[in-house]
Amino acid sequence: MPGPRNIIEKIWDAHVVSEEPGAPTLLYIDLHLIHEVTSPQAFDGLRGRGLKVRRPALTLGTADHSVPTTTPRLPIADEVAARQVAQLERNCAEFGITCYGLESQRQGIVHIIGPELGLTQPGMTVVCGDSHTATHGAFGALAFGIGTSEVEIVLAAQCLLQHKPGTCQVCVDGRLNKGVTAKDIILCLIAQIGVGGGTGCVFEYCGSAIRGLSMEERMTVCNMSIEAGAKAGLVSPDDVTFEYLSGRPFAPRGVDWDAALSRWKLLATDEGAAFDRTFTIEADRLEPMITFGTNPGMAIPIKLPVPRPEDAANPQERDALAQALRYMDLVPGKPLIGHPIDVVFIGSCTNSRLSDLRAAASVLRGRKVDRRVRTLVVPGSQQVKRQAEAEGLDKIFLAAGAEWREPGCSMCIAMNGDQLNSGEYCLSTSNRNFEGRQGRGGRVFLASPLTAAAGAVTGVVADVRTLL
Amino acid sequence: MIQYEKFTSTLAVLPIDNIDTDQIIPARFLKTISKERLGTLVFYDWRYDAGGKPKPDFVLNQPHAQEAKILLAGENFGCGSSREHAVWALKQFGFRAVIATSFAEIFRQNALKNALLPVVVSRQIYRELLAAAAADAGVKVTVDLAEQFLILPDRRAIAFPIDNFSRHCLLEGIDELGYVLKQEPAIAAFEARRIAELKN
Repeated sequence: MPGPRNIIEKIWDAHVVSEEPGAPTLLYIDLHLIHEVTSPQAFDGLRGRGLKVRRPALTLGTADHSVPTTTPRLPIADEVAARQVAQLERNCAEFGITCYGLESQRQGIVHIIGPELGLTQPGMTVVCGDSHTATHGAFGALAFGIGTSEVEIVLAAQCLLQHKPGTCQVCVDGRLNKGVTAKDIILCLIAQIGVGGGTGCVFEYCGSAIRGLSMEERMTVCNMSIEAGAKAGLVSPDDVTFEYLSGRPFAPRGVDWDAALSRWKLLATDEGAAFDRTFTIEADRLEPMITFGTNPGMAIPIKLPVPRPEDAANPQERDALAQALRYMDLVPGKPLIGHPIDVVFIGSCTNSRLSDLRAAASVLRGRKVDRRVRTLVVPGSQQVKRQAEAEGLDKIFLAAGAEWREPGCSMCIAMNGDQLNSGEYCLSTSNRNFEGRQGRGGRVFLASPLTAAAGAVTGVVADVRTLL
Repeated sequence: MIQYEKFTSTLAVLPIDNIDTDQIIPARFLKTISKERLGTLVFYDWRYDAGGKPKPDFVLNQPHAQEAKILLAGENFGCGSSREHAVWALKQFGFRAVIATSFAEIFRQNALKNALLPVVVSRQIYRELLAAAAADAGVKVTVDLAEQFLILPDRRAIAFPIDNFSRHCLLEGIDELGYVLKQEPAIAAFEARRIAELKN
């Protein structure tokens, strides 16, 4: 009998194709998602070598990063973006890959559509040329971002050479208080361990607070694993997972469902399985979090003052903090609450699912967006958009004075014209507050959809708990 | 791929931790469908002002950096997005190695596949290199992958870690896809085993 294993080891073991001496493990990939930005050079590579895509049916394309979120979407006015999206569609057609382009009812952010279509399933290995691929880990899948060279390798061979990652358990026990969300859990973790704290590791999120999250909330947590440097992040599948998947377009049906379910139920981490490291977070003590600096680890509970560089633990951190506060033009030692904002962005693969939009709408309902603030609400997919409209969420946003857009990555990566002007402050539900990320010279505060909505109605950074 | 050979070079120094790939190449330049013409865009927003004029105080605009084949930076270099464009851009600028105290994982993998050698050194060696380059911008470091060490300006040889497979591939000019495709029988056998298991 093998000893107890954690879910990361179980998935790894089930995907080992070969182990040659002196080389990393060859690992099989079950699902490969591609998009317009990181795939064209990989297809060129295939053509240059005269190779085919080995398993086109295990590959799916969609256009999300550089697509417009305003209507009409076609033709795309930006000629360079138009060429890139057209190239994705040509490549997919040439190599026999299904592509949900701008005209598809299934188009959306790659990490939104995989789960909602039931493509992402427990126990799978999932890759994509995008660092937020860990989102799919919410299903108990080993999902990680890769570069374009690796995209080419997976297209050609359906495998990747991989060194076995370390394993790390992130225990979140207790109950979240009102106004505290999945986003606050992950921002707290990154603040606690730093943006390189998880390098070389795969996280398994566990504990009663994680069990209590919906699938959409678990996706938010897993999504930002990369912001702590982790290769991936996942949650052992349970009834919440199975219930979410049941009946989705690509989920197994009938006897296949029963068979899949019995396999999936064996995936959860065994009692007594070991991890290389453990981090803990007490859910009851969490507060709404917000970033103040230029990486996602520079985050604080919303009521606390912005840290002072002179209080930093070492000169290295002091300099980084001083540089970040210069870029952000913030006063050390002063709370962010009350700080004016120019733009609110509700969207991205972190927070653009239906429950995120419902959360934002719960604050905006019957209120008006402050006149100084431009508010963009960008649903993650066509399906999310349809569902939101069926519930009337679009009307709530529009009545409040927010913009209701078409699906895409939008201002999270600012490739499509949705961007900040230099010097503007944005309260954003996305995942990165790097310098210039949302537009050159733009300044980003990352927070939950609730906190973002609170900012939209007050025009300043606000504690959403005063509005609930 | 070309075999990775020993070389000696001056350093371009960016003494900053957590340099993310959005700084190395901003996302607005990722709409290209080619790998070419990225070298002029590397560190664009740090290198040029809003009007497109070079900022004279940025290291890559200084004369000594034009010939530098080694970039020296702090910890967690290349964090953030998976964009391989960051590596292509650094390579096209002329870099053959990045020396840092640690690397983000996806960047490290991308770098290895493009013969941009990620060299990890201790905080102590990093500080010594910073000091040496600050005292004399012309100081040189030798990168010897075959022997797996750096030769510092004071002639000390410092070993650096790299996995044997990556080292072998770089030294022999082996590309990873070629290696993986040779595993075809094992891949086919795995797929056949999988199908049989699912049927049971």
